[in-house]
Amino acid sequence: MTTKNLQTSVLALLRKNARISVQEMADRLDTTVARIEATIKKLEADKKILGYTAITAPDEEADEIRAIIEVQVQPERDAGFDNIAQRIAKFNEVATLYLVSGSHDLHLEVVGHSLQDVARFVSRKLSSQPGVKSCATLFLLKKYKESGIVLDKEEGDARLKVTP
Amino acid sequence: MRVSKSPRKPAVVPRPRVAPHIAALPKSGIRDFFELVNTMEDVISLGIGEPDFVAPWKIREATIYSLQRGYTHYTSNLGDPKLREAVCKYFARRFGGIYNFKTECIITVGVSEGLDIATRAVICPGDEVLYHEPCYVSYGPTVRMAHGVPVPVVTRAEHDFVLQVSHLEKAVTPRTKVLMLNYPNNPTGAGMTAEDKKKVAEFAVKHDLLVFSDEIYDELSYVPRSPSIATLPGMRDRTIVFNGFSKAFAMTGYRIGYAVGPHDLIDAMMKVHQYSMLCAPGPSQFGAIEALNNADEERDQMHDEYEQRRNVIVKRFNDLGLHCFKPRGAFYVFPDIRSTGMTSMDFATSLLREQHVAVIPGTAFGACGEGFVRCSYATSMEGIETAMERIGIFLKKRGLR
Repeated sequence: MTTKNLQTSVLALLRKNARISVQEMADRLDTTVARIEATIKKLEADKKILGYTAITAPDEEADEIRAIIEVQVQPERDAGFDNIAQRIAKFNEVATLYLVSGSHDLHLEVVGHSLQDVARFVSRKLSSQPGVKSCATLFLLKKYKESGIVLDKEEGDARLKVTP
Repeated sequence: MRVSKSPRKPAVVPRPRVAPHIAALPKSGIRDFFELVNTMEDVISLGIGEPDFVAPWKIREATIYSLQRGYTHYTSNLGDPKLREAVCKYFARRFGGIYNFKTECIITVGVSEGLDIATRAVICPGDEVLYHEPCYVSYGPTVRMAHGVPVPVVTRAEHDFVLQVSHLEKAVTPRTKVLMLNYPNNPTGAGMTAEDKKKVAEFAVKHDLLVFSDEIYDELSYVPRSPSIATLPGMRDRTIVFNGFSKAFAMTGYRIGYAVGPHDLIDAMMKVHQYSMLCAPGPSQFGAIEALNNADEERDQMHDEYEQRRNVIVKRFNDLGLHCFKPRGAFYVFPDIRSTGMTSMDFATSLLREQHVAVIPGTAFGACGEGFVRCSYATSMEGIETAMERIGIFLKKRGLR
């Protein structure tokens, strides 16, 4: 018996392949298309599914540069980190934003068209935010793995074609 | 050099170089088929009896680490004590039987070696061994190599290939010493319910038989699992349970398995093992420790993927009009192809030649597999879907759809 319930199984299938058909999901999970559709609707309504996206290989041609920025901030009384995090999250340049434990507080992934673009965002917009104490910018050089997918493919099927 | 003109009379009748009981063994029924498959390009194989997953990286990494630390030596004959301890803990956690790792557990070179040494340890020439057919290809030969008499008991589609005690009662004799079981089953995917196990256990107790329970596919069960037959009343002292790492942890090439059972039987197996294998390969043992202690999640992920593929392939076969019962475990389906009017071998050979899809004729697993083919779903979902489309075309061209 599967180790997961239907919602969890549907989520796991969509995380692996957001373009999987409802028919295939129904066949895999031994249920009906109607139940799959209802489950997805519910997951969307409950904001457990926020959107669907593609996992892309890095494109050498694209004028896009990504950086991780570690930000130390002064938390506010009552609000803690929330107000400042929400202000920073509104910038288009910020792709993801986490509050983290450790040597810094906010962990951002920022996207720009060039090195200068990202540097400008950090110096003019980010570090000047009230409450921001320091920023460390780590430019991403090469992607090895994303969303569970290793970019350099491993060896193919090494099995014999027929075995007992 | 002088050459004698008259040939000398042989002093003795020439003896066969190969022992008759070995000469009489059939070569594995899928050998010829394998040769044929190998001559062809772009075959989609549903004929592979091993996981398509590579062993989880943490297991491979632990193996490499053991080599880095210089663990390249013999281990204890029974197997490294840390592995045996991990096996017994895992067994208690997953299968519900309690065994002492010091005296009731042995690490083997896969379940195949386990079955071989157990058979050699208990069988006297002429002793009979009951087992079900269709079954894994080694069962009969293993018994013959130990000079025992294999007594296959037919299992049938109408019982979803579960062994029936009424059939066992007809086959048992005063010479019967062992009953071999393999559920979940290769090649049929059949499984035993708790009730099935209870009936077979009562039969074994009634006739005072030893039971060899090959539970290699038990982790790949898709229905609620029931405890091992060894845990039933009167069974612990007469049962050896065989299990291993090949299927649940995708470690076939590691060649590593184990047996747990009563001390006297494990001790006798140890003697045979000690003088033949000496010990299971060290690096494999260290990989196996990691598998038992830290790879539950990887195991479950593979399990769930197999289960989903099973659901798909069963549906596809039934939609094509080839009846296929829903297997309770393992990664095989055993569709009924009798409606095509072909023999298993004809079906498999024609399908391979015309559509480049490899399935195994049911007869490779015993004569009663006639009318069925074994299809392994240890292949990617894309492979399964393409194979099933091609099988559809194959049937259509014969006007069978």
